[in-house]
Amino acid sequence: MSQTFTKSMARNIFYGGSVFFFLLFLALTFDSMSGLPERDNSGNITEQVARGKMVWEQNDCIGCHTLLGEGAYFAPELGNVYTRYGNSTEAIKGFIKSRPKDGIPGRRSMPQFNLSDEDLDAVAEFLKYTSEINTAKNWPPNIQG
Amino acid sequence: MKYQSQAVAKPYFIAAIGLFVGQILFGIILGLQYVIGDFLFPEIPFNVARMVHTNLLIVWLLFGFMGASYYLVPEESETELFSPKLALLTFWIFLVAGALTILGYLLVPYATLAQMTGNDLLPTMGREFLEQPTITKIGIVIVALAFIFNIGMTVLKGRKTVITLVLLLGLVGLAVFFLFSFYNPDNLVKDKFYWWWVVHLWVEGVWELILGSILAFVLIKTTGVDREVIEKWLYVIIALALITGIIGTGHHYFWIGTPEYWQWWGSIFSALEPLPFFMMTVFAFNMVNQRRRNHPNQATVLWAMGTAVMAFLGAGVWGFMHTLAPINYYTHGTQITAAHGHMAFYGAYVMIVLTIISYAMPMLRGREAANSRKSQVVEMWSFWLMTVSMVFITLFLTGAGVLQTYLQRYSDNPLPFMEVQDKIQLFYWMREAAGLVFLIGLVLYLISFFVGGDEVQEAA
Repeated sequence: MSQTFTKSMARNIFYGGSVFFFLLFLALTFDSMSGLPERDNSGNITEQVARGKMVWEQNDCIGCHTLLGEGAYFAPELGNVYTRYGNSTEAIKGFIKSRPKDGIPGRRSMPQFNLSDEDLDAVAEFLKYTSEINTAKNWPPNIQG
Repeated sequence: MKYQSQAVAKPYFIAAIGLFVGQILFGIILGLQYVIGDFLFPEIPFNVARMVHTNLLIVWLLFGFMGASYYLVPEESETELFSPKLALLTFWIFLVAGALTILGYLLVPYATLAQMTGNDLLPTMGREFLEQPTITKIGIVIVALAFIFNIGMTVLKGRKTVITLVLLLGLVGLAVFFLFSFYNPDNLVKDKFYWWWVVHLWVEGVWELILGSILAFVLIKTTGVDREVIEKWLYVIIALALITGIIGTGHHYFWIGTPEYWQWWGSIFSALEPLPFFMMTVFAFNMVNQRRRNHPNQATVLWAMGTAVMAFLGAGVWGFMHTLAPINYYTHGTQITAAHGHMAFYGAYVMIVLTIISYAMPMLRGREAANSRKSQVVEMWSFWLMTVSMVFITLFLTGAGVLQTYLQRYSDNPLPFMEVQDKIQLFYWMREAAGLVFLIGLVLYLISFFVGGDEVQEAA
């Protein structure tokens, strides 16, 4: 690099640029947080939904599935599974309950988690709440997730 | 080795390599589960194997970063490490905590592990990459603080260089942003928003400072180019990394219930994220061209240049490929993401750790500067086998991802997820084959440590 561009100039760009853009990031974060209630469906976070999120986490569902596109890519997207299953929490619960404990020969299969009825209800409600989050352009692009 | 206390780096590097082997073995299992769905089911379900694969990666990279710091900071600071004893103590704490966590994943169902470790009290588990029990997370924080204290005190009492300063900034950032892993609100959108403060601000933020400073150190040592020149490059690279990368976080805020303006902020800034990686490639090649010495450890020079190129391809090019919002709308959460993740992690972080290990290990094992010619040849073969097979893993996953995106998201009659998976099996088989070649490369890498012979001397 040329001699006129000195190390101290490079250093100043680093410190100045990093601080400036971090502050900008904080400002955007602040604005996002105040805008969230219009989109994030937080009005529907009941105790049951919160419990459902915990069931979701404590069985590491994200280790196979994606949720709003984030997670593992081994099993279907579940951000819209409630709509994919015809707006039915019963269908979701039925699927989870009916998984064979030894799997399906040669194929991928969801484990049998032996969830209690309360946990089943909770995780289904959590997925319903998730499907009602207002994602930009209604992502995912179609019902298949 | 100039300072006695640099020796504490050795166990860190050995542990890193050991866990790397574990990571790859689980990678092979996962690849097989993609094509033989019931492989090891229900004993080791996919989600457990994946947790082991990704968590081992994170832990061994952290071991590598710590080993790198313990090796290079005394040399840069021209003083012994503040406390070698503390460094050894934190080594054992980190290793035992890491091993127990992995055993926990493998031996009991995850829900039981959550219950055993009191996840109800402070729920932090079950989120991608942050699956560790809360108590392990607390352990990580304690180890990180002790480590940063040790490194910080060493820097304070010795010579201050740009390299140690940037490294320290990166390490402090690593510790600070990890604290967001303890924030897990019921609100899924907020949870996801701040989850990225750990994940993105690590790998596309502060880790790049660590990467840059290790690379700069190795290039100073192996090329003999003037420190002033290298430090200027380092500042430029990390400036670009943070200027683009911080707001670049926005490319994760497109479709998770966050305001729509992130599609603009995220697209524009993350489109610029390849720049620092491009600069890094130009930097590495320039320094090697302007070298004032021919370092006897040519394997290290190969790793260093490989890091720059592969980081640019994996993080830069493969990242750019799906970072613009209109494209990401279709590709988000498909095998395209997996392709990018593999090459970016390998190219940037795996390779920089292997670079510093390649540079430091001969001296940590009592040699003057380098291994024998024969040993270096084996090491360079392992470089090419692992690197080329990773390119193919990435290409096959990209092929799978393009087809998946088309069949499931873009065509007139979108097909269900599992039907699409069946149609793209061939790509998964080829990925698995490339993975096995990677494993062969890794075995060669291990063998290179045991190849004897006379040390290569520097040509006058």
